[in-house]
Amino acid sequence: MSAIDLWLGRHRDTAADLPGADLPWLARLREDAIDRFADEGWPTTRRENWRHTSLAFMAQQALAVREAAAPEAVVAALRARYQAARGAAQDAAQQGAESAPELVHNDGHWVVFVDGHFAPALSAIGGLPGGVRIGSLADALGQIPEAVEAAFGQAGDGEAPAALNAALAADGAWIRLGRGVAVEPPIHLVFIGATVADQHLRNLVVAEAGAQATIVEHYPAGAAGSTLTTAVTRVIAAQDSHVTHLKLQQEAPEAIHLATIEAEQARGAVFASHSLSFGARLARNDIRTRLAGEGAEALLNGLYHADGRRHVDHHTRIDHARPQGTSREFYRGLLDGSARGVFTGRILVAQDAQRTDAMQRCDNLLLSRLAEADARPELEIYADDVKCAHGATVGQLDEDALFYLRSRGVDAVHARQLLTYAFAAEVLERIAHAPLRALGRAALLERLPEGARLEELL
Amino acid sequence: MLKINNLHAAIDGKDILKGLDLEVADGEVHAIMGPNGSGKSTLAQVLAGRETFTVTDGSVDWDGTDLLALPAEERARAGLFLAFQYPVEIPGVSNAYFLKAAVNAVRRHRGLPEYDAMDFLARVKAEMKAVGMKEEFLYRSVNEGFSGGEKKRNEVLQMALLEPRLAVLDETDSGLDIDALKIVAEGVNRLRSPERSMIVITHYQRLLDYIVPDKVHVLSQGRIVRSGGRELALELEEHGYGWIDAAQGGKAGGASAGARP
Repeated sequence: MSAIDLWLGRHRDTAADLPGADLPWLARLREDAIDRFADEGWPTTRRENWRHTSLAFMAQQALAVREAAAPEAVVAALRARYQAARGAAQDAAQQGAESAPELVHNDGHWVVFVDGHFAPALSAIGGLPGGVRIGSLADALGQIPEAVEAAFGQAGDGEAPAALNAALAADGAWIRLGRGVAVEPPIHLVFIGATVADQHLRNLVVAEAGAQATIVEHYPAGAAGSTLTTAVTRVIAAQDSHVTHLKLQQEAPEAIHLATIEAEQARGAVFASHSLSFGARLARNDIRTRLAGEGAEALLNGLYHADGRRHVDHHTRIDHARPQGTSREFYRGLLDGSARGVFTGRILVAQDAQRTDAMQRCDNLLLSRLAEADARPELEIYADDVKCAHGATVGQLDEDALFYLRSRGVDAVHARQLLTYAFAAEVLERIAHAPLRALGRAALLERLPEGARLEELL
Repeated sequence: MLKINNLHAAIDGKDILKGLDLEVADGEVHAIMGPNGSGKSTLAQVLAGRETFTVTDGSVDWDGTDLLALPAEERARAGLFLAFQYPVEIPGVSNAYFLKAAVNAVRRHRGLPEYDAMDFLARVKAEMKAVGMKEEFLYRSVNEGFSGGEKKRNEVLQMALLEPRLAVLDETDSGLDIDALKIVAEGVNRLRSPERSMIVITHYQRLLDYIVPDKVHVLSQGRIVRSGGRELALELEEHGYGWIDAAQGGKAGGASAGARP
């Protein structure tokens, strides 16, 4: 059972042994966080931010691993897929369809976590420029606790699952990018639930002024069974830094995935979030960025696919706190079976945030009559000199386009898959890094029944 | 040989084709002319297999095959091609992918080996040159942002690549200036052959100056009301469609011999 008492007991039993337990600020924060979780409980639809996604079932949900996963094999498969994606990106660049070959020379850095703990034997962190640290949060807590404290966040941040995460997370990634340093190859963070029924990760990214990096969070399918992942990723982007975050969520079909991604952008900082949510029985992503300095730029880009009775929810919020910020938000959903997709896009423009330029779109494709999509824009604007636009659609495949394809000899199934792929691929086009874009494509094609056939031709 | 016999078709309960008869022999080019709303595009769509139209009576026999029994994709593979009046834009699908998927689907059906990437590119580039399309159109999304003329050239390109036995050109001249019209017509003429029949649907005689038909039919209120040689098109040009409609007005049945005003 996953009742609240279970988690309170877990906290009581493990708090003293968690990394950083001897740090008073952290012990206090964990206490406050579990108290908050006990107080709020699993969110239900009575809460405004959870209107379409209830976690009430969690109180009765038994979490159990039915079949453990072999983390070595999962990592090897993932890296092989990335190699293939790099190859595909290279081919595309050579064929001249791409503008310039970019960043395909290196496999990147791989930081692997198994069952919620750093797994150095499975990780491969290459040579790093001076001023860059990539490692585990547990180690950082031992070595540089003050730096961690500044980035850790508070017990009151985010929604109730984020509080549970704050109380229980033992590890995660610690990434610090020194002033003006660019880490070119992507930093891959891999989280595998192999033998335990629940894992809790907290990732902290601190980008100093002018630093640049691309960080990828992989949640591949691990153990089979009703499992729970909570993840909180915090990005602190100092002046003029560029941080690109890509999340590829492909958890096993019975998994529950509750995640928060929070960024804070200083003046001129550029933050891009790409959320590709393909797996899990229930996936909720709370993605929030705060444009806390003038002229910051944010891109929130997302693609989700759910079928069967699966449920996926992206709850996003962009705070324009200072003038001349730009935000672009594009989400697309593919919903099949009796799946449900939820998108909320809150944009808050503070009185001080003059000359804000914000645009938001959410488009959903319903692939079956029982699938359902909810798209909810929420714009709150207190400044008077702003450009804000939003739009949401829920629709089906274009019958004219289907007939056009069939009239050229393409069978109906292939035509549907092709149009579905094309609808979704537009989101992937915004991923600037070619190999990651190719990885996203491959992950999308895996989701489509005739994906392999499309791949031959793409 | 295509034999359309007493074809009736309806959409949303409204009868559009009301007993259409037409025979097109191999290698012949037939023009079908008629006023707006006479059923020209419906005929094209029904032949291509659009399910939004319901065939309520009649038959279409194509070299011994019951055409109406085949789904759209099988008609295409068997060699039927419809050049759309309004080619559809498909964002996110590159023209190259689209053309290759179509060509290979048809080749597979005909027992021909599928093209590999290199052979296909060589073939498609040669055909593009012939219809005056720049190579960049290969890498753009299907018809997206194409001008009217570019869309129609893309239709002719597809026709050239798919090598149909029967091509139906639905108002391929609409929206084209005279230069574009000539290029498209040249593309079509190049594809005329003893094995390939064509049905050229048009509102205006102008196209037939460039694609010279073997026979001309006048469609009115869902049936062929007059057939003749090329000179019939010129008559229509001179007198308009008014007299056809007037002649049809009071009649319940029977192909009109065409009372002239």
